[in-house]
Amino acid sequence: MNPLKWIKRREEYLRERKLWMDELMSAGRAEEGRRKFMKMAAQALGVAAAGKIVPHAFQPVEVVQASKTQASMIEPFTFAYISDSHLYEKTLNERFVRQLERAVADVNALDPQPDFVLYGGDLAQLGQPGELRLGHQILKELKAPVRMMVGEHDWFLDMGDLWKELFGPPNYSFDHKGMHFITLMSVNEKDFWTDKGLTPMQRMQIVAGLDDGRQSRFEVGDEGREWLKRDLARVPRTTPVVVFSHSPLYKYYRDWNFWTEDAEQVQALLGDHESVTVIHGHTHQVLTHRVGKIHFHGMLSTAWPWPYAPEGLPRLTVQMNRPDPFNQTDGLGDGTLRVKKTGRVDKHYNLWNRNPMIVSERYLTSNGAEDVPAKITLPSY
Amino acid sequence: MAKKNWLKMGALMVFAVCGISMYEVAQAQKQDPKHPPVAGDGSLVVQLCDGKTNVTVPGVDPNTRLTKEQAQAVSSELMKLWMTKQDPAVAARWMSEASRSAAAEEKKPEPASGQTGNQAQEQVTPVSPRDFMIWDREVAREVAYGDQIFHDDKLIGSTNGIACAMCHPNASNTHPETYPKFQVQLQKVALLRDMINWCIEQPTRGKRLDADDPKMRALEAYILSQRKGVPMAPGKH
Ligand code: HEC
Ligand SMILES: [Fe+2]
Ligand SMILES: [Fe+2]
Repeated sequence: MNPLKWIKRREEYLRERKLWMDELMSAGRAEEGRRKFMKMAAQALGVAAAGKIVPHAFQPVEVVQASKTQASMIEPFTFAYISDSHLYEKTLNERFVRQLERAVADVNALDPQPDFVLYGGDLAQLGQPGELRLGHQILKELKAPVRMMVGEHDWFLDMGDLWKELFGPPNYSFDHKGMHFITLMSVNEKDFWTDKGLTPMQRMQIVAGLDDGRQSRFEVGDEGREWLKRDLARVPRTTPVVVFSHSPLYKYYRDWNFWTEDAEQVQALLGDHESVTVIHGHTHQVLTHRVGKIHFHGMLSTAWPWPYAPEGLPRLTVQMNRPDPFNQTDGLGDGTLRVKKTGRVDKHYNLWNRNPMIVSERYLTSNGAEDVPAKITLPSY
Repeated sequence: MAKKNWLKMGALMVFAVCGISMYEVAQAQKQDPKHPPVAGDGSLVVQLCDGKTNVTVPGVDPNTRLTKEQAQAVSSELMKLWMTKQDPAVAARWMSEASRSAAAEEKKPEPASGQTGNQAQEQVTPVSPRDFMIWDREVAREVAYGDQIFHDDKLIGSTNGIACAMCHPNASNTHPETYPKFQVQLQKVALLRDMINWCIEQPTRGKRLDADDPKMRALEAYILSQRKGVPMAPGKH
């Protein structure tokens, strides 16, 4: 071979390799990426060394194709969730503490263990250091790794300072078994406190009041959406995406902030991807929705159930029965998400005093025609 | 909160217009039901619900129980007296309402409607727009107090930091229109106040309120006001 030609080829090879490597590494999927890269690079190099194909095979476009197979090669797995524990300090309210401990025990009893546990936000009731630290301590008892998400009750006393110190940044993403997971801070509110000269505690109290109209509506906000855009840009369209968000990322009921003000913009960003599933907290009820390719599931609370809002309930939601006021843990629970080969999930609601409810991938993809969850006997009114 | 602002504005306007009526309200509240009027000679006096119209039953001791016939005669006399003091339109309305319920089983044909003639445009009533303003304000004040208690763990007497609104935003899922209804766990037909007391004692770990406690009354006022317009459905679960 002409040495000059070889050098040129080698340069081209290195440039392409770097591009491809960046593509893999920069998505914040260092572990997965590195492993996959090493494997594929080794293969390709081996092949190249054997003279069968040239290093041109390292092209970014190949990555996209590789991930197409990746989508159908998802390795099914399960992760669990616990959400909305709203802890007070133990001396003030032991019941909510016991209920979170019950959920932790539920998850620790799962056999096999889930790959990880999503904590869905609102760990604390009023963002107090004592509350957050207590929650931090209790969640340490979980055997599986924990993925934390922030809720408005954790945030609005010190605007997230302690939460971040304990749990890290509120926006982050990771890859797991061929899927891309994004945790999104979606309970930002436009400043309603400075002009009114409110103290941090007053601000917290107002946000903690679901029907307190003095607060603003939840939003991901400009910065959050910019972050999301950058994160998604690195993920092939064919890679199934799961988003963890405290607010629902759609508009259900404005007066109670069952609502994300910039939902349409966020959905538009997500809409480029072929499979997106949103798992949200905050609403303390069984909740199911679908907007185009995006599936939405609510999570149960361990503290108290919330009534269905008087309007705006998504059509696909099969409600959970009205909780029994004489049973303090009714309508509460935790649950699991079973990731399927398709990268979609079956959502299992583990209601403490009821039969479990399963809202399956099939129910959602068939638009509510198949595998319909059992209907309620006590309609909300 | 638009609602709150409206309340404040309303209250101010009413205050400006209705100093005298407030005095009247205060007077009415001074009536003491525990000390009914007694005639000079010690005979029984029966008073109408307006707190003003009295009938003396001569020679009858205030502690005697009237026979059914006597009682009916006294009642009729009281109504006749009251009518004479009313605007004819009010009296007529009262008569028609009373006769409608008394003679419901007789099913009298309704008076022909759409009559023509030189009738007054509006019937005269002793109730002025000013009265409505006062009544609305009084109700709004009671409801606002209930709203406050419902949203404040300290006011409800909670010992664990929990307030009603945490589980019932805008008093949702309190369903006051379904009472009375049988509650197995209470082993009786419950009234709204029984469920309020249950929720005070259980989730909020407070002390139950007397049925007539100002806080209980305000809570009922708030809860009921949030369901205004919802059809009554006693017994519904
Ligand atoms: C921890 C949650 C929680 C708190 C706090 C709470 N409740 Fe309840 N309450 C419930 C649940 C759940 C029900 C049953 C709702 C249903 O039937 O749909 C209920 C039922 C009721 C009902 C009867 C509803 C019906 O349909 O018959 C009333 C009235 C009521 N609550 C009032 C109150 C009041 C007043 C307070 C504050 C002292 C309060 N609640 C605090 C959870 C709570
Ligand atoms: Fe919550
Ligand atoms: Fe929340």
